[in-house]
Amino acid sequence: MIWEPGILPLLVSFLAAAFAGTIPEDRAAPFESAGPIASHGRIDELTFARWKQLGIQPSGPCSDEVFLRRAYLDVIGTLPTPDEAAQFLGDAGSGKRGALIDRLLARDEFPDYWALKWSDLLRVKSEFPINLWPNAVQAYYRSIHTAIAANLPYDRWARQLLDSSGSNFRVPEVNFYRAIPSRDPQAIAQAVALTWMGARASQWPKPRLEGMAAFFSRVGYKSTSEWKEEIVYFDFTQPTRAGAVFPDGRAARLTPGEDPREVFTAWLLAPGNAWFASNAVNRIWYWLLGRGIVQEPDDIRPDNPPANPELLGYLERELVASHYDLRHIYRLILNSQVYQMSSIPRDSRAQAAANFASYPVRRLDAETLIDAICQITGTAEDYSSPIPEPFTYLPENQRATTIPDGSIGSAFLDMFGRPPRDTGLASERNNTITAEQRLHLLNSSHIQVKIQQSVKLRTLVQAGRTPREPVERLYLAILSRYPTSQEWQTVAAYFQASKANRWQAATDLAWALINSAEFLYRH
Amino acid sequence: MDKIPILQFSRRDALRLLGTGSLLAAGAGIPLRAKPEGKAKAVIQIWMWGGPSHTDTFDPKPSAGYDYRGPFDKPIATKTAGLEINELMPLVAAQSRQYSVIRSMTHGIYAHETASYAVQTGRKPGERLVYPCTGAVVSLFKGKDGAAGNLIPPYIVLTQPQGRFSENGFLPERYRPFATGGDPAQARFAVEGIVAPGVSDQRQKDRRQLLHQLNTLEHAMENDPSIKALDQAERQAYELILGDAGKVFDLAEEKDEMRDRYGRNTFGQSCLAARRLVERGVPYVTINYGGWDTHVQNFQVMRQKLPQMDKGLAALLADLSDRGLLDSTIVWWGGEFGRTPKVMWEAPWNGGRNHWGACFCALVAGGGFQGGRVVGATDAKGEEVKDRPVYPADLIGTIYELLGIDLNARLPNPQGLDLRVIPTAAEGVPMAGRLKELV
Repeated sequence: MIWEPGILPLLVSFLAAAFAGTIPEDRAAPFESAGPIASHGRIDELTFARWKQLGIQPSGPCSDEVFLRRAYLDVIGTLPTPDEAAQFLGDAGSGKRGALIDRLLARDEFPDYWALKWSDLLRVKSEFPINLWPNAVQAYYRSIHTAIAANLPYDRWARQLLDSSGSNFRVPEVNFYRAIPSRDPQAIAQAVALTWMGARASQWPKPRLEGMAAFFSRVGYKSTSEWKEEIVYFDFTQPTRAGAVFPDGRAARLTPGEDPREVFTAWLLAPGNAWFASNAVNRIWYWLLGRGIVQEPDDIRPDNPPANPELLGYLERELVASHYDLRHIYRLILNSQVYQMSSIPRDSRAQAAANFASYPVRRLDAETLIDAICQITGTAEDYSSPIPEPFTYLPENQRATTIPDGSIGSAFLDMFGRPPRDTGLASERNNTITAEQRLHLLNSSHIQVKIQQSVKLRTLVQAGRTPREPVERLYLAILSRYPTSQEWQTVAAYFQASKANRWQAATDLAWALINSAEFLYRH
Repeated sequence: MDKIPILQFSRRDALRLLGTGSLLAAGAGIPLRAKPEGKAKAVIQIWMWGGPSHTDTFDPKPSAGYDYRGPFDKPIATKTAGLEINELMPLVAAQSRQYSVIRSMTHGIYAHETASYAVQTGRKPGERLVYPCTGAVVSLFKGKDGAAGNLIPPYIVLTQPQGRFSENGFLPERYRPFATGGDPAQARFAVEGIVAPGVSDQRQKDRRQLLHQLNTLEHAMENDPSIKALDQAERQAYELILGDAGKVFDLAEEKDEMRDRYGRNTFGQSCLAARRLVERGVPYVTINYGGWDTHVQNFQVMRQKLPQMDKGLAALLADLSDRGLLDSTIVWWGGEFGRTPKVMWEAPWNGGRNHWGACFCALVAGGGFQGGRVVGATDAKGEEVKDRPVYPADLIGTIYELLGIDLNARLPNPQGLDLRVIPTAAEGVPMAGRLKELV
């Protein structure tokens, strides 16, 4: 078996610990690597310059174990399997992190996971307060998934969504205009500003919002004889509204025969309009590093400046120069040293966090968390929606990250802060830990049954030839690494004490690892 | 009027606040106050999920003919002037002095989710914002007084959650209700997360220790705020799992006669559990009582369910009163709407009733609500409100007033908008005045 010589990664960890600077060796042991902090490219140069300028003490570089888990969770929202983990950790090649990034970006789970994120932003939901209804949700979600899978240039995608006209079933992009609780031009303008400019137009001075709303005053909606079909179109019977002003303050001249949405889109996508590209790269940065260069990521405005304007400018230019290739931006960020820092901070000041001196820990997203628990235990969940009638039930084994419809869910997803997709604000997703969540993970029958009755865990625990083997497998399956020698001693003692009931001890171990901060948090 | 500080939560503020507290300590550290003069301290909401027929419960129409009343032609008269109720509720009928009935609830909404939203938030569905439901608002303003050292959640649903649309809305997660799961009518009420059947206390302790020893990342980062929050949440969780706080859910502490009095079924025992929670200081308990969506065979369902409801509700009112808790506890019974007054005898309904948003009933008792009265009236067939319409915002506003919650206080929201507890006139939400006649 490939991972049998488990000593190598352990050795690496111990060496890493020995060189880990000010953190005591036993603490940093599995989390940091020995190497120096080295620039991998322009992102690092620009960030290191800020650290130097501000006297920030960065964290150490993260270990391979940490990188592996982090990359899987951040890029495809999925845990590595024990085999994948063992393979990566046993690989002594020097380019293995970059190779892993390329593999992950090409995985089928990549569009699954990012369609989820974009569906949060684009408010893909059947019912209340967004009322897309199931057929249109399927069409809309599929178009989002396809655009991401094909890596459709971001500017083209935006244009498709913004300028679309037609049936909500046949031209799925028009659902952008239906996924807004109100059809008032100001509400549309607010949704457009939030989605494509990362701006909260509700906070703008009134004339500015009204000026932008004028571009959306001729969006028409009409139903057809088909159940829940709706046509979104340029309604030229509506008068051209005067006073259309672009968000930068420039007045627009609208002609009656021209769809004013297209005038707005042309402004948005014009070369030199940094708003559009900077929102996109800032969001990706936020999604990967837990914090935007402009923070909040959807509150871009002149009096909320980026922590590092040069860095934001660089990414923006890269996006434009690559013809709006989003995956290019992912690749740049993921390969940087900044992305590959440890989570153990050496500098607790706010400006260290604002300048990405360590990778911030954050609780796994609701969908990722339940998928991970299901993957480890080989179990499935039921997802359904009671609205609208008749009820919707998803097939067994569908992963939570692939649920297309915000109306379909489970009590677990709600409890763990899945966004309701009401507004598209990033803050709708709530990853704060609560005592209720803790109770659920520690002691609910839901999680208990998954572990206790898991055939997958039972097989994994029984198959070992040495006492250590099943423990290593559990560690690889749950934490994507091998146990440290201290952990192994603790576990061995626990098994010793409950000799009579080996399976119970093993389930207690699985339970403990699933309830550890290392499992519950991205780190 | 009290000056209420304007709360504008940024996400970071919310996280910081949440990081230091938890769902179980809702309200701590939030500079919001309830006005002190409120008489009520708690609400027990019996949520009749599905929408019970108004004409088959508290607004019978015996003379409307068989096509309207169906087989129910012998309503019970009560001591309350003008109040007759369905023949299957003799115990509730006998208690009529304790409660009042509103027969003229209305909102004109005919779909479950939107009607539930309207009834539980007092707002219009279809706005850009999703408002919190009454329980979440009460939890926001009254939760800080907490129960048993703030360890018991301030807003509890027995037993299944109602769904997203009727819960915390734009308020932070901590104001979501804690849904118990489990079944209080079972030998042991396995409250999800608090009671794990088959795991002994010793094993709980052993494996908790194992978790502490193996929590390598937590040890490496113990000063990080989010890791601290995890640790604090864990300690609170174990207070409920192994400590005294969780005992509130142990119905075995009650005498057998008491348990029998409420009825040995899920609803009856939920009423008993609600009384125990209120006794321990929990400000809002919802009993989510489903099964009233009687499109099909309405009368069979009523014959089966009403006696159970009669027993549980009557026992709850009497028990609260015996313990001197009724003065400070509002009991609010009602669903999202009523049901079609005219029976659909044809297949596939076979004597069913559809949704009816034009009028429906609510029952209120305790906490400052006068008993023994009837508010409003419907027409001869129970199809329209004839007299004194009461909109959801009117009823909810009255409940808030009795709890001492300032109706003009601001609701924190992520966008920092100026949102009030009860809609202002400018919002265009229909209102016909609070229930002064019952206070």
